[in-house]
Amino acid sequence: MSDIAIRVEDLGKIYRLGSGVSGLRPRQDYRTLRETLTTRLSAPFRRLAKDDYEKDREQPAAEDEYIWALRNVSFTVRKGQVIGVIGRNGAGKSTLLKILSRITEPSEGYAEVHGRVGSLLEVGTGFHPELTGRENIYLNGAILGMKRAEIERKFDEIVDFSGVAKFIDTPVKRYSSGMYLRLAFAVAAHLEPEILVVDEVLAVGDAEFQRKCLGKMSDVAHEGRTVLFVSHNMSAILHLTEEAIVLERGNLVYRAATPEAVDYYMASGLAQIGERQWSADEIPASAAPFRPLAIRVKNRQGQVVDTIRSTEPATVEVEYALDDTIVGLRVGLYLTTARGEYVLASFDTDEKAQFERYRIRPAGRYISRCALPPDFLNEGRYVLGINASSYRIRRYFQEERALTFNVDGTDAPGSQWPEARLGPVRPRLAWQIEGDSLTGIVSDMDEGRLYDR
Amino acid sequence: MTQTSLQSSTAPSHQQEMVLFLHPSRGWSSLNLKELWHFRELIYFLTWRDVKVRYKQTALGAAWAILQPFLTMVVFTIFFGRLAKVPSDNVPYPIFSYTALLPWGLFTKALSDAGRSLVANRAMITKIYFPRLAIPIASVLGGLVDFALAFVVLIGMMMYYNFAPGSDYHIAVTPALATLPLFLLLSIITALGVGLWLSALNVLYRDINYVLPFITQFWLFITPVAYPASMVPGRWQLLYALNPMAGVVEGFRWALLGAQSAPGPILAVSTTIAILILVTGLFYFRRMERTFADTV
Repeated sequence: MSDIAIRVEDLGKIYRLGSGVSGLRPRQDYRTLRETLTTRLSAPFRRLAKDDYEKDREQPAAEDEYIWALRNVSFTVRKGQVIGVIGRNGAGKSTLLKILSRITEPSEGYAEVHGRVGSLLEVGTGFHPELTGRENIYLNGAILGMKRAEIERKFDEIVDFSGVAKFIDTPVKRYSSGMYLRLAFAVAAHLEPEILVVDEVLAVGDAEFQRKCLGKMSDVAHEGRTVLFVSHNMSAILHLTEEAIVLERGNLVYRAATPEAVDYYMASGLAQIGERQWSADEIPASAAPFRPLAIRVKNRQGQVVDTIRSTEPATVEVEYALDDTIVGLRVGLYLTTARGEYVLASFDTDEKAQFERYRIRPAGRYISRCALPPDFLNEGRYVLGINASSYRIRRYFQEERALTFNVDGTDAPGSQWPEARLGPVRPRLAWQIEGDSLTGIVSDMDEGRLYDR
Repeated sequence: MTQTSLQSSTAPSHQQEMVLFLHPSRGWSSLNLKELWHFRELIYFLTWRDVKVRYKQTALGAAWAILQPFLTMVVFTIFFGRLAKVPSDNVPYPIFSYTALLPWGLFTKALSDAGRSLVANRAMITKIYFPRLAIPIASVLGGLVDFALAFVVLIGMMMYYNFAPGSDYHIAVTPALATLPLFLLLSIITALGVGLWLSALNVLYRDINYVLPFITQFWLFITPVAYPASMVPGRWQLLYALNPMAGVVEGFRWALLGAQSAPGPILAVSTTIAILILVTGLFYFRRMERTFADTV
């Protein structure tokens, strides 16, 4: 028995881009019979017996109609290792997990998996809203590959863990979304595979739910099981994994101990100087009629930069186009630290008056500009996310990691001491110092930089 | 050749571990029925879910399972039995048509459920691995519950006509009755075979959604539901039997009504065709299966 859990050699996966439908979504790649028939009639020399998939593979027509979601990826994971997989959206993380959990097969290369794989690409897969919590536990358990006896044995534990014991015989359509998630995660958490493959399942739910998930994940990680863990949350990656691999545009670009890999990813993976533009094929069809064009950070002088000064004002601009009128649109920013902790979320129509004024936005090109005040962010690296939605109606577009930028702390409060300041904000707060024998030392302090300004 | 070869498919123990090889596959895959057997509980739960959910939030609930064939029988009786005077093998026309509507209902239900099943379960297919065959199989098996309910009504109808004054119908319990499970099996084989083809095609071509109602309607005409197969001229009988449902329906009538002689040649052809459809359906499904998650 070898101590290898997963071996991946030159793994690659190619997707055909949907004809006419933008975006890298293979699921929109279905055809109508008519299309196929016309293709076949116009190419009578192709062997009809071949199915389309193979035909595609043999004759990758125009290069731009295809995209390699993953290519030339090789790595091995030893038994008991907990590996983080990091990379931008579309870097190939989910494709890798889908191949390893047998949902889809690779287009080239191979993978070798030693042991029973449990994959958790989503919680609550197969949950049916009409069924009760109890019924869904059995159904979901069976879908995840548990035996009925196994589910029965763990049933009480699952219910306990979910905290929805009171509603276990209520159809889950009457559950709140939090209860639903807790129950779904509870079932998944009781899977006992030898190899666990987890996608961004922690990105949903409230803070408490996430804490609970992280706790359970860390238990699993410490039980000596092999885990492959994908997340955008760098602090979760740092907390749970020992080693990480960085994917970039379908390639494995870096593998190292987690802190180094996270640093590498932060330093280079997202490097797009001060501006992120969206090309048509990066925007999912579901975003229509909202079309993001760019997000950029500008300094006081109005230049697009990737580093702003903590002590100076800066601007974040979101440029977008509407192909149709949207009512109640709000375009907003998420600001997180490089480690994934939230700093703030803000929308362009947070002000009531502003919301009334821009309630109906007709088709056209727009820029929503947000002013960041001076003396606001601490030095460090930050990530901007974008969200465009109509509250309680629809979310048009969301990208959590659209752009990163740096904040330079020169002259920020306290910078006379060359020490790192904790926390994401660094405001210039007004301090007053009172003391009954203070008069004697005022002259000393006058010379200090504390009173420079 | 296969997408994933289970190196040791016995239950994983600590000594003997399971190794999966994942690589691109071409050509036909093995059916891997062993793995399907391993997931039999999933098939059970999916079937159970389909049944449980089917009549949720309907006012009449499971009564629909009875009403559908019963009302069809009423319409057939009025138009074919009374007005068109279609012969019914010396059995009261309602019983004659209802006996055929039982397997026919199972078949059409299975066809439309299975045909749409993969697309309807897209979320599962793109998020988790399990033998994809489980989904259409569960859809077909789900129809058995409706079949059983509707069957009870048939027994009631037979009782009624047996004891009704002036009726010359008498329940005929013949040795042929013992073959009923076989005909039920044949109808499941047929439904599953066609269902597998349609479900796999539907993943790639959503046209199937629109073709489905048409197929079932068309198929009804070439199946002896409203009329006896004996109406078809002798020289066309074998051609007619190429429709496996013809054999199924004739078999049901023979087993339950015992009126005619055994549908020998028809049955032989129908069975062969049904098995052919099922086997090709299984292989086609397995071949297309590998791209389901990418295309569904």
